[in-house]
Amino acid sequence: MQGLKKSLLTAVWFMFLTFPIMVIRVNTIEKTIVWRWENLALVGISVFLLSYVWRFLMSRRERGNKQNAFATDDRAQAFRALIEDRRIRYSLIAAFAIFVGVFPFLFSMYQVNIMISALIYIMLGLGLNIVVGLAGLLDLGFVAFYAVGAYAYALLNLHFGLGFWAVLPMAAVLGAFVGILLGFPVLRLRGDYLAIVTLGFGEIIRLVLENWGTFTRGPSGISNIPRPDLFGLEFGLQGRIIYMYYVVLALVLFTIAVVTRLKYSRIGRAWMALREDEIACQAMGIDKTQTKLMAFSLGATWAAMAGVVFAAKTSFINPASFTFLESAMILSIVVLGGMGSTVGVILGALILILLPEYLRAFAEYRMIVFGAIMVLFMVFRPQGLIRDRRLKRRFHPAESSKGAEAVPTGEGMARGAGSHG
Amino acid sequence: MTKKITSAIAVAAAVALMGTGSAQAAEIIFGVPGAHSGDLASYGLPTVNAAKLVVEQYNAKGGLLGMKIKVVPQDEQCKPELATNAAFKLVSEKVTVALGHICSGATKAALPIYKDSKIVLMSPSATNPELTLSGDYPNFFRTIGRDDNQGKIGASFTMGKLGAKKIAVIHDKGDYGKGYAERAKEAVDGSGGKATTVLFEGVTPGAVDYTAIVQKIKQSGAEAVIFGGYHPEASKIVMTMRKRDMKIPFVSDDGVKDATFIKVAGEFAEGVYASGPEDYSGNPLYHQANEAHKKAFNADPGVFYPQAYSAALALLNAIEKAGSTDYDKIVKALRTEYVETPVGKIRFDERGDAEGVGFDMYQVVKGEFVLVK
Amino acid sequence: MGRMEYFLEIFFGGLTRGSIYALIALGYTMVYGIIQLINFAHGEIYMIGAFTALIVAGVLGSLGMPGYAILLLTLPIAVIYASAYGFTVEKIAYKPLRSAPRLSPLISAIGMSIFLQNYILLAQTADFLPFPNLLPYFDLPDFVGGILTSSEVTIVITAALVMAGLTSFIKFTRMGKAMRATAQNQRMAMLVGVNVDQVISLTFIIGSALAAIGGVLIASHIGQINFYIGFIAGIKAFTAAVLGGIGSVPGAMLGGLVLGWTESFATGYVSSDYEDVFAFALLVLILIFRPAGILGKADSQKV
Repeated sequence: MQGLKKSLLTAVWFMFLTFPIMVIRVNTIEKTIVWRWENLALVGISVFLLSYVWRFLMSRRERGNKQNAFATDDRAQAFRALIEDRRIRYSLIAAFAIFVGVFPFLFSMYQVNIMISALIYIMLGLGLNIVVGLAGLLDLGFVAFYAVGAYAYALLNLHFGLGFWAVLPMAAVLGAFVGILLGFPVLRLRGDYLAIVTLGFGEIIRLVLENWGTFTRGPSGISNIPRPDLFGLEFGLQGRIIYMYYVVLALVLFTIAVVTRLKYSRIGRAWMALREDEIACQAMGIDKTQTKLMAFSLGATWAAMAGVVFAAKTSFINPASFTFLESAMILSIVVLGGMGSTVGVILGALILILLPEYLRAFAEYRMIVFGAIMVLFMVFRPQGLIRDRRLKRRFHPAESSKGAEAVPTGEGMARGAGSHG
Repeated sequence: MTKKITSAIAVAAAVALMGTGSAQAAEIIFGVPGAHSGDLASYGLPTVNAAKLVVEQYNAKGGLLGMKIKVVPQDEQCKPELATNAAFKLVSEKVTVALGHICSGATKAALPIYKDSKIVLMSPSATNPELTLSGDYPNFFRTIGRDDNQGKIGASFTMGKLGAKKIAVIHDKGDYGKGYAERAKEAVDGSGGKATTVLFEGVTPGAVDYTAIVQKIKQSGAEAVIFGGYHPEASKIVMTMRKRDMKIPFVSDDGVKDATFIKVAGEFAEGVYASGPEDYSGNPLYHQANEAHKKAFNADPGVFYPQAYSAALALLNAIEKAGSTDYDKIVKALRTEYVETPVGKIRFDERGDAEGVGFDMYQVVKGEFVLVK
Repeated sequence: MGRMEYFLEIFFGGLTRGSIYALIALGYTMVYGIIQLINFAHGEIYMIGAFTALIVAGVLGSLGMPGYAILLLTLPIAVIYASAYGFTVEKIAYKPLRSAPRLSPLISAIGMSIFLQNYILLAQTADFLPFPNLLPYFDLPDFVGGILTSSEVTIVITAALVMAGLTSFIKFTRMGKAMRATAQNQRMAMLVGVNVDQVISLTFIIGSALAAIGGVLIASHIGQINFYIGFIAGIKAFTAAVLGGIGSVPGAMLGGLVLGWTESFATGYVSSDYEDVFAFALLVLILIFRPAGILGKADSQKV
């Protein structure tokens, strides 16, 4: 009874709320008005029903929260026990590897193509994850580095005929350099001030690309960017796409390997410490500026590499691809997937990039559904799809010995990478 | 780690399976890729409406070559990367012909995919000269003129007929607008001292207001403004100018020569010049197409609607004349067979530009674009 | 035309633009002050306010009402609706996330922004619509006639009045006090008996109302709207809020004006090509020297 009253009230509220927008359509020139009363009924009924669903989900969420605080889910534990089993684990990993490996031969070119997009975003997400997820620096202009990579390839190819494989490492270095250049003045800022300044930098880079026509060809962009080659072999379109898929897949695997190493290395721990408490961190003797700069420039490195891949994949770039919305999308991948978690970022990228593609069936409702899903995802799973493991381990002290193996090797890497900081 | 990997597998598999649809062969798939959401949706959606109306007409008559025609819109928000996705999606759905890609950038990104798959693409709005002039894309056609021609026409009209000596050239920093503005500037600067550009600047599309740039035009002492871009910016600039009693002529392109411009700018639109495809106001098909839109959607058609309607007619006519959905035959029919459309009687030249779609200059008189004689 | 006159024109152009930025920026800054959230959907509220005004004005116009009556009815209705939207958005997308990780509400806000844009796109139209000029027209004295238009004067005066009203509300009323208390320390405010939920709702309502006023003013001034106008205005207003010191109400006003002037003078004396570059470069510069914005208080770090 209580529920019915609540739902009725909600329905009435939304009918009031949507009344002008949904019902009335005016033509101010001819002064004609179309009344669409049927929409009002539609809103009323659907909100009435949805409010039941909403309340049900909310109450489940509340319950879930309470349970999680004290005990872990039985099912999850059983599942965990199942996959802890070595045989099952390895066969699952093998099955996944085979699936990923033969993917291009199982599905249409369209599927392969959007999977390449998703893989590129995995790279971007993992790169941003270093900055936001690990080091806790909110960067809203990540797309700037992506643009740097893409334009580096396009321009170097245009003017000097350099190929994909030659530019890839160059772009990585360039990305790191630009990251340091931009990072240096702004790292004094904290939290949301940093966010807006990075947003500003992102926009400045895009505007420069747009306006500096003689250098970047301005808004009309650069076309005919070649896809990567394999010892000068020529394939058809299909072959090129499949080859591209494997190239990007390899880069993603490389990224995952490096990022995982970094995360458990000395510098990775420093990032996370910095994220949690800056002052305590400094008291422990961690060089704040250098650590932050490292995060910034490493993130930028991956973004620039992803940019090269992007330019090669679309074969055409213009400044319109590097807007703020793109940064917001990459950030959403990281947060939705679960900040700091590698698997989370991968899932986040797959969902946020593939979802709009599969929502094509909804035609014009595609983007509204996408927006709604983003909100709902956050409301019902605010910590992201996958909670970073480090956080979890506090509750399971018994397992903490495993991840520690990575530390010694990671340390070496951190020093190596630290040299350009 | 493993738990996460398993869930990753499950998601990936589910996601992959969802998208594997198949297309039937006994249909003509009429793809309409373009910006159907996001900031440029108002340029892309009219094309979908045009395609739906033309296809409906054909289907009402029993289809084409005994097959029903199905419109498949694909949204790409005018973004190059999404455009390639849309193109691959259409190719994998065995699209017969495609009407679209609204922006030149998106078109450039997607064209190689259609080319390799031997699919004809016809754009109602991509005006970038390279698309046809480069000769790279034999599968590309368009029912709209090229930027370079328009820019020259705009400049010579302003210098000649309007007799302006000092000209301010403004654009919206976009591919289309800046392309037009650059050609116009070249033409003015190359006129041998007949006139000079006193100002060449881009405005930010969507900015809250354009007061500052209008003041600057005034300060520059320009006797006429040439604007490259679309109608929202144009109407804002014109309205700001006129409200400040700046009565100098305003000359623009066919992104402005649109009913929406007059609708939005109202009385301030009076006297504005805009070049557009050769006069078709006397063309009964043009009025017919507009009426059909009003009837079906209860609203005035938007930008590029006549071009899109014409392109849909041209494509379907070519399939009909070719008597098959074979790529080579369609291309041949497009190049040889004339077709009556809202933008006139057209066929396409070797490069893919529509023959007979030149540009005329129009002026807003009493709330309508009237040909300037 | 004289140099001085040109300078004044650019100056007042910047003032008008800045007033609008300030009105929208207030919504950002108030919400941020209370719950430390960058409310990306705020620009959309501004757009919805303008759209509601367009619809209401259209209906009233077709009933044959005179101009001033239309304005008197349209503005309050637009304000009420925008507030209702702001209130509802908070309840759906942010309230359940109060105790969530810091960035989650931000993503929720981005999702909400996409949702609201497409809601208007689908329910109304993608096209640009002409917006009736609701602002009263009056003759200005000759010496300012060439520099200012009457609608600009109206905008600046309205914005100033609204902001003065807001400042006194925050300063002198009980509710205003409660808002300040919540902004300073939410938990402490709760302890001394402030209804924090109510304060947050009120913050969203006031912020949305200001945005709607800004929306109606600017839409009347430039005469057109579509579903996407909220995005750019929102980004700029957000920049203005940070420039002035996010969380600070006078800061948002000053930030809006400074941003408006920067853009205006950049266009007037350099080039509009780089208008936004100047705006953002100024932001970076100011933040480098004053990391908490012009009027923001550098809060001491809690150990």
